[in-house]
Amino acid sequence: MRYSGLRVIAEALTGHKGWKPVWRDPAPQPDYDIVIVGGGGHGLATAYYLAKEFGQKRIAVLEKGWLGSGNVGRNTTIIRSNYLLDGNEPFYEFSLRLWEGLEQDFNYNAMVSQRGIINLIHTDAQRDAFTRRGNAMILNGADAELLDQAQVRAMYPFLNFDNARFPIKGALMQRRGGTVRHDAVAWGYARGADSRGVDLIQNCEVTGMRIAGGRILGLETTRGFIGARKVGVAVAGSSSRVMAHAGLRLPIESHALQAFVSEGLKPFIDGVMTFGAGHFYVSQSDKGGLVFGGDIDGYNSYAARGNLPVIEDVAEGGMALMPAIGRARLLRIWGGIMDMSMDGSPIIDRTPVEGLYFNGGWCYGGFKATPASGWCFAHLLARDEPHPTARAYRFDRFLRGLMIDEKGQGAQPNLH
Amino acid sequence: MLTLTCPNCGVAADETELAPGGEAHLKRFGPGASDDDFEAYMFARANPKGIHFERWRHAYGCGKWFLAARCTATLEVFATYPAQSAAPPEAVLAAIRARRPGWEGRS
Repeated sequence: MRYSGLRVIAEALTGHKGWKPVWRDPAPQPDYDIVIVGGGGHGLATAYYLAKEFGQKRIAVLEKGWLGSGNVGRNTTIIRSNYLLDGNEPFYEFSLRLWEGLEQDFNYNAMVSQRGIINLIHTDAQRDAFTRRGNAMILNGADAELLDQAQVRAMYPFLNFDNARFPIKGALMQRRGGTVRHDAVAWGYARGADSRGVDLIQNCEVTGMRIAGGRILGLETTRGFIGARKVGVAVAGSSSRVMAHAGLRLPIESHALQAFVSEGLKPFIDGVMTFGAGHFYVSQSDKGGLVFGGDIDGYNSYAARGNLPVIEDVAEGGMALMPAIGRARLLRIWGGIMDMSMDGSPIIDRTPVEGLYFNGGWCYGGFKATPASGWCFAHLLARDEPHPTARAYRFDRFLRGLMIDEKGQGAQPNLH
Repeated sequence: MLTLTCPNCGVAADETELAPGGEAHLKRFGPGASDDDFEAYMFARANPKGIHFERWRHAYGCGKWFLAARCTATLEVFATYPAQSAAPPEAVLAAIRARRPGWEGRS
């Protein structure tokens, strides 16, 4: 069923009796050409592009819970391509371009809203760094503008411009950045994949991998053995656990990242704002809630809930930036499990096991990457060669000393 | 709030007083080691969901390093012990087994 304004009107006139379930709920087949492990944003996008762009058939997505029940269902919904390094910026710009055409492409309202993102500047050195970053973005075909203090003040007059520690001197702006309705991304990709024949198999956890002669034969799951010619793992947060079935140790640690939503407030933040000095980033949802986040808790965790010190730290960051929010109450707090890679950049690559491919290490920037991650992973799975924008995301960059160290502070699993 | 007792000074310290230092008991491969061994030492981690042996520093206390056995799924702390331990002492393993009877040992 194709969605359109006419369809909504027609359904409204006939009592909304014509809407159908958005995807099937099939039982697993004995075997597939390609099995994607992980029914989150990246896995569903991979399946969608495999079917739509790369002409692949007999595809399944295995999800241990329900579709979109992981980090794609719980994040701060920001899209942007304001990266510095050559290994990253072309990929994220590719992703932003896919976001721009996504809703037409998969015929689903994902509420892509290019409301603009600003990174605040507090010092001359930071202005130099952001100028360099902006130029790198422009060189890679993205948009970037340097705003002075007056321009930021015109946008957000209520910010604490004269903070003694971090006065606001300007900002780097990317007008094409913004937010997206995160659940709708998972649902749109799921619907698009399902309608092209992909089996989306829920409540199906991978419990083992059948490997013989260095080649993957299929997956042991809670719903029985499923044979596969190729397996793509896209389970960020649980990457180490799933890949341990193949005997692999990854350059990844799992950490809890918390995010927050305030009670609904009248509209006063119409874009996305990042306050790097206090590590606080915020936007306002269409319902009025402030959606914001900060740092990871800092120690290995699969607990999917965070601890209080980071909550206090994030609240302090918010108050330092916007004293006006001091009396707003928090509505929700949650913790998600992040794949923190050792250099802060992702991995989309083959593995030593033939037929087994890996997509993970997204740290806490995976949402914005969803379309390009799916596209590039599909490219790798279908053609056995990396997509041009994802060539740097290799496992062996750690062996070869070619880390993609966006922050420039060395390899450690607590970056971004 | 995660609270760990520092075995060096005996203080039960909140996580705000501590700095996490990642996986413990890694065998160091330095000069003269193969590239593969060095890479694995430097970057590859067990990252278990469950019992994790890890390094901590009592950064805003006595300043010294120590080790902890902790569950990454429940955040339960089983024991802390001196940094000068090549492997978890028997008392630490016993404390874990007392709480997790089916535990199969370090991965």
